[in-house]
Amino acid sequence: MSKKIKKKATKREKKDWLVAYLFILPLLAGILLFYVYPFIQNIWFSFNDVNKFNVATFTGFDNYIKMFQDKAVWQSLGNTFKYVLIVVPVSICLSLFIAALLNTKIKGKSIYRTIYFLPSVTMAAAVALVWKWIFNGQSGVLNAILRAFGLSAREWLQDPKTSLYCIMVVGIWMVVGYNMIILLAGLQGVSKSYYEAAAIDGAGPVKQFFAITIPLLSPTIFFVLITSIISGFQVFDTVYMMVGKGSMAFESTQTVVMLFYRNAFDYGQKGYAAAISVLIFVVILIITAIQMIGQKKWVNYD
Amino acid sequence: MKTRNKAITHLLLLLGVGITAFPFLWMVLTSFKTKGETMQIPPTVLPQTFTTEAYSTIMETIPFAQVFMNTLLSTVITVLFQVAICTLAAYAFARLQFPGKNLLFILVLSILMVPGQIFLMPQYLIIQKLGLLDTLPALFLPNLFSAFGTFLMRQFFMSLPKELEEAALLDGANRFQIFGRVMLPLVKPGIVSLVIFTAKFAWNDFMWPMIVNSSLKKMTLGPALSSLQGQYTTNFPAQMAGAVLAVIPLIVLFFIFQKQFIEGVAHTGVKG
Repeated sequence: MSKKIKKKATKREKKDWLVAYLFILPLLAGILLFYVYPFIQNIWFSFNDVNKFNVATFTGFDNYIKMFQDKAVWQSLGNTFKYVLIVVPVSICLSLFIAALLNTKIKGKSIYRTIYFLPSVTMAAAVALVWKWIFNGQSGVLNAILRAFGLSAREWLQDPKTSLYCIMVVGIWMVVGYNMIILLAGLQGVSKSYYEAAAIDGAGPVKQFFAITIPLLSPTIFFVLITSIISGFQVFDTVYMMVGKGSMAFESTQTVVMLFYRNAFDYGQKGYAAAISVLIFVVILIITAIQMIGQKKWVNYD
Repeated sequence: MKTRNKAITHLLLLLGVGITAFPFLWMVLTSFKTKGETMQIPPTVLPQTFTTEAYSTIMETIPFAQVFMNTLLSTVITVLFQVAICTLAAYAFARLQFPGKNLLFILVLSILMVPGQIFLMPQYLIIQKLGLLDTLPALFLPNLFSAFGTFLMRQFFMSLPKELEEAALLDGANRFQIFGRVMLPLVKPGIVSLVIFTAKFAWNDFMWPMIVNSSLKKMTLGPALSSLQGQYTTNFPAQMAGAVLAVIPLIVLFFIFQKQFIEGVAHTGVKG
């Protein structure tokens, strides 16, 4: 009897196998062709000199050696780190602050949420155009406001000293609402009873925020942190749109992805670009690994 | 005290709203001004002479309707295929047992961890080999297959109770029926999230269309804005008109489906 059931089960199991393979086949075929094979080819490219006709000549570690000696690589890494180190903490703090304000009994909550979310559904290229116009040195509205307060106008985007900061402002503006929505969802999952108990103990809203909200929200904050760092590290669209090739601020705003793009598709240095893309991968991997280890110290999973 | 707190909260939130909304407002206002008016110092707030000149200017120089259709088509095709392909695979990964399952899932997951730049050059070469450079399919082909979408949908399938399927199996339903009639309706929120994410990504995609397509007739809105900028360096009304037209469809979509948008984003934080 039991043997019969077992036999039947395996028959069903085998049928399931077939169904499963059928279900994953389209994805797998596409992933092998457009992701796995390109990944391998790209790694191979990074050890080659790839000419205009995409013929690869093996050059060993030449691209990597060149990369470590290339000033542009170090500068673009520096720019990118600077961007991430400012945009990520500032945007998360702002998102958290707005989420905390919205998590109270307040009228018009959904209208606020909608407006704050708006920048994250808009095209970065379009957003960049608008901000470029706002930052414009001649008739930009930012300079007009500054002049009205008796301050001096500046060429915000042309000046290598301020250009990257302008791009950071746009980056922050675009991401705050998005992260706020995720954090607000996390906040709504925190039981009100913690706050009631803390209030009885005499803890004020600020103390409650740091003693209850932050620790209980730490898994969500961690998620937002990881995703923000990874996407911040790959900033491209806004830089491409806001700072032109001929700009004086070109070098001071060149991010690693920008450098990759220029080498791969403008300068025709495919092998070298491949090495840069591997560098981007390794750096992101290291940062994420550090985060994963570091989280044990501050993230609470209950 | 309490009303004062509420007033402060509103004040702070309104300040944020102002900063968030201003660029949109400025974009729309500028698009209806004349070029001469935008050169004035100090700038005018409302258009002195309301004109739609900027819109006709860009319509004349860019095959705008064509670019718009390219973007729309590419977005719709990406969404439809990605949802179908990811949902099928996600169901198998979440609910079926088969040899090699873990290995294959790890393969999918590891793609999720690799930054997109790694794949770009070889993907370009594949499109070239297929003879598809500067065509509509080039815009969406690699994006039909998504590790992220598969992972997201798998999370949704995993959260459903197993008993449902077992009951259906006992009733004699086969896997296809279970998938189509029992499971699919239950992961609707997941599908909605995926549709929104993919639509947003495909509509706003920038680097990839720029790489594979070169003629404006085959371009999507993002790169078209870039060439608009190159063509009208100092014509800010024209630039803003282009930006307005590029962002409006997604904003309209957002206002219609805002609940789903916001829940979809909130979900990823909780589920991911």
